[in-house]
Amino acid sequence: MLLLKLFFAFIQVGMFSVGGGYAAIPLIQEQIVNIYGLMTLEEFSDLITVAEMTPGPISINSATFVGMRIGGIPGVLLCTVGCIIPSFCICFILAHFYYKYRSVSGVQVVLGAMRPAVVALIASAGTSILTLGLFQAELYDIVPEDIRFVELGIFIVALFLLRKYKMNAITIILGSGVAGTVIYTLLGAV
Amino acid sequence: MEKDKHKLFTLFKSMFILSACTFGGGFVIVSLMKKKYVEELKWLEEDEMLDVTAITQSAPGPLPVNASVIIGYRISGIIGSLTAILGTILPPMVIISVISLFYEQFRTNPYIATALQVMRAGVAAVIFDVVINLAGNVWKTKRVLYIVMMAVAFIATCLLDVSAMLVILTCLGIGLIDLAVTYGRKKGTAA
Repeated sequence: MLLLKLFFAFIQVGMFSVGGGYAAIPLIQEQIVNIYGLMTLEEFSDLITVAEMTPGPISINSATFVGMRIGGIPGVLLCTVGCIIPSFCICFILAHFYYKYRSVSGVQVVLGAMRPAVVALIASAGTSILTLGLFQAELYDIVPEDIRFVELGIFIVALFLLRKYKMNAITIILGSGVAGTVIYTLLGAV
Repeated sequence: MEKDKHKLFTLFKSMFILSACTFGGGFVIVSLMKKKYVEELKWLEEDEMLDVTAITQSAPGPLPVNASVIIGYRISGIIGSLTAILGTILPPMVIISVISLFYEQFRTNPYIATALQVMRAGVAAVIFDVVINLAGNVWKTKRVLYIVMMAVAFIATCLLDVSAMLVILTCLGIGLIDLAVTYGRKKGTAA
């Protein structure tokens, strides 16, 4: 019965978390903490911390975390499946129509207007990650003196390797983590 | 048949790796997908990847999952979608399941904290690498409307905290007006 409750809670999380990422956090909290009481607020904030530290979408992370706590492996499967069912149905239908009509010239005009916006959105996400990396603060809270030179150096070297040598992106991401940790350890800052 | 299986396996494997290495949210994985599926495997066109991003951002649910449904569909229909989803959700499921058993140690480990902080610099470099190419292509269209829209959308989301969804819907509206104007002109010249 509890598992069924979990399943429905996560279907709702999947269905109503539009915009993804941090926009989904209050919604997950509403469903899991407030309505169904499946977690305490403290556990939930622990979850957010862990989710930030691990790869993957936050709603999948919370589905797994809650599922594991309450129902072990079957709980994990049930919560995650619940969470992705709405995504799957909606995107499958959208994909179908997109590929059916995308070559129509009128559709191309409309899609053409959305592409510059998508580029801007990606740039914006990149900027906020960069400010977090270099200043450990959001854009508006930046203190210029706080700049972290190790991260700045890694950013410049990484961008150079990507542009000039077309180095693999995954290698860059993992490599920067390893390189930075080694540097900070040698500096005695860890 | 053998070739299809091979393609599905490549799809699964690439989604799995991307998902396992995506720190920092939806647009990071979009940048990685662009590199993988457009530049490396040449399964998708660049415009197509941008369209997929717009669709995934407007649909409910986690962005990486939405994107894998659509990309999987493109590669081999419903089987492709399911394969791609599986590849995307397995890494976070396994990682969180394991960590949930000892997350206190994980959360307080200074080495992990440092690595994650520094990794942001690498992630930002990957995103900007992709953005430089994409923005260059928007610039090459030489359409003032598109270039202005890109600049305004960037300021709106980055400085004014406007939601991504609202930006995309606004641009959808502008696209519809653009369409009406284009067709109006065509009619005008025909008559």
